[in-house]
Amino acid sequence: MKGSGLRAYAIAYLIFLYAPILLLPIFAFNSGTIIAFPLKGFTTDWFAQMLANQTLRRAFTNSLIIAISSATFATCLGVFAARASTRFNFPGKTGIMGLIMLPLVLPEIIIAMSMLVVLLAIGVKLSIFTVILGHTLICLPYTIAILSTAFNSLDKSLEEAAYDLGETKWSAFRLVILPLVMPGIISALLMSFTISLDEFIIAFFLAGNEPTLPTYIFSQLRFPKSIPVIMSLGTVLVVMSIILLAVAEYFRRRGLARTGQKDHGGFL
Amino acid sequence: MSSTRFDAEARQGLAMVSPPLIYAVLMLAAPLITILAYSFFKDGYLEVIREFTLENYRAVWSDPIFHKVMARSLGVAFAVTLATVLLAFPVAYFLSFVVPPERKALWIFLITIPFWTSYLIRVFLWKVILGHNGVINSTLTSLGIIDEPLGFLLYNVQAMVITLAHAYAPFAILPIYVALEKIDRSLLEAGRDLGESRLMTFWRVTLPLAMPGVIAATLIVFIPTIGDYVTPELIGGGKMPMVANMVQANMLALDNKPMGSALAVTAMLIVTVISLIYLFLNRRFLRVKQ
Repeated sequence: MKGSGLRAYAIAYLIFLYAPILLLPIFAFNSGTIIAFPLKGFTTDWFAQMLANQTLRRAFTNSLIIAISSATFATCLGVFAARASTRFNFPGKTGIMGLIMLPLVLPEIIIAMSMLVVLLAIGVKLSIFTVILGHTLICLPYTIAILSTAFNSLDKSLEEAAYDLGETKWSAFRLVILPLVMPGIISALLMSFTISLDEFIIAFFLAGNEPTLPTYIFSQLRFPKSIPVIMSLGTVLVVMSIILLAVAEYFRRRGLARTGQKDHGGFL
Repeated sequence: MSSTRFDAEARQGLAMVSPPLIYAVLMLAAPLITILAYSFFKDGYLEVIREFTLENYRAVWSDPIFHKVMARSLGVAFAVTLATVLLAFPVAYFLSFVVPPERKALWIFLITIPFWTSYLIRVFLWKVILGHNGVINSTLTSLGIIDEPLGFLLYNVQAMVITLAHAYAPFAILPIYVALEKIDRSLLEAGRDLGESRLMTFWRVTLPLAMPGVIAATLIVFIPTIGDYVTPELIGGGKMPMVANMVQANMLALDNKPMGSALAVTAMLIVTVISLIYLFLNRRFLRVKQ
């Protein structure tokens, strides 16, 4: 059969990709205190300990505030950039868009370090607010990538029809364009929320003494006895990411269907 | 002279792009320029002395530790890039040529999920797998295959390469897949009709046309890998620093910001030069018009 060897390889590749992640739930529910086979027995103690942990709750609240704020800011800025780059021609467009998209290829450590140096120099106190500034910056290119697809698929004549029927620029945007790109906006929000929730480097350097979920995980890795709790936390995080991504994918596809496009698959 | 219509459009476009542009200038361009400026300043006690000097760069370039760290970073990044791209190509090919169109979105979704789940957790899991009391060691010990935990699994360059290759695996698939999707299928039929074998058609038609994707994949994996901070910290045990760890140590632990900045700028320059040479060497593939 055509491609059966390739299919077997692709499936093996998927198993390799997922195998480490599958360890998370296995050990999160294992009653043994060390992470090792054979498994001891079933327990939900680690999840109970996780819920009872005060620092972890604080980290969770912080991460939530950071992720919601960054996702909102990045998506708002992304709407402007995506609309500008898909609808208008202006001088310096390549350079301007290049600068905005740069965090996509710049190692995060460079972004974190340079922001840290500037924040310290101008005397801004490190807090979750500074993490939000950083996360907004790194989420912005992803929102633009998603939103550009949404804006690109718009038929320009719909907008012109709205003008001809007496709508102003703003009301045409609100009544015609916005509903059509709404699935893209929701998809961009969810995507940047997920990125921010999982992001470690920028949170590690810009949060000061405030814990976020990834920096809390990092701080606990040195202690073998807290590993089972980290396993259950990791399980929760991965499940959350998968749910968010599935919802984002659903909205992305709905957006394509609404504007009558063919699905080419993939986020980027 | 441009027409008034163009001017109006340009004005509107610039007004529209200005909020994200201002944000990127304040949060990205200004900090990067600050780093660049710092790299030419002198380090004083607790402060940076604003006096032009090339001393930092001289120190970086003549530092044997920097040479070693940079060589290690490059070595790890090359190995990871080679492994991810070679392993990813057949998967991308399978996605593009074998999977029926209605199933493609599902496959891509499955491949991209690990890409979006916490990078820190994926790295940490390799520590759990390879560690002294990790999954491999404790399993082998409890089965009686070994008496002592194997010490060579963790805290070395191979472990870092495995971890990073796994972490960046999905990055390589998408660009190659996109390039393969763009290939006009009638070109392949033409190749076969003109008497080429399946293998030769792949070698002379498919592969050259897929090269832009392969080149993009290489750079997408190479650039973040060389700037990786977490893996050397966790998997290398802090004893095998890469360039990001060295930058961080100079900036914070040693509080020598000019030196840290000079290191960061030098590393970025090296990465840029390597990327440009790589693009230059592959220029004939990038000229291909679809």
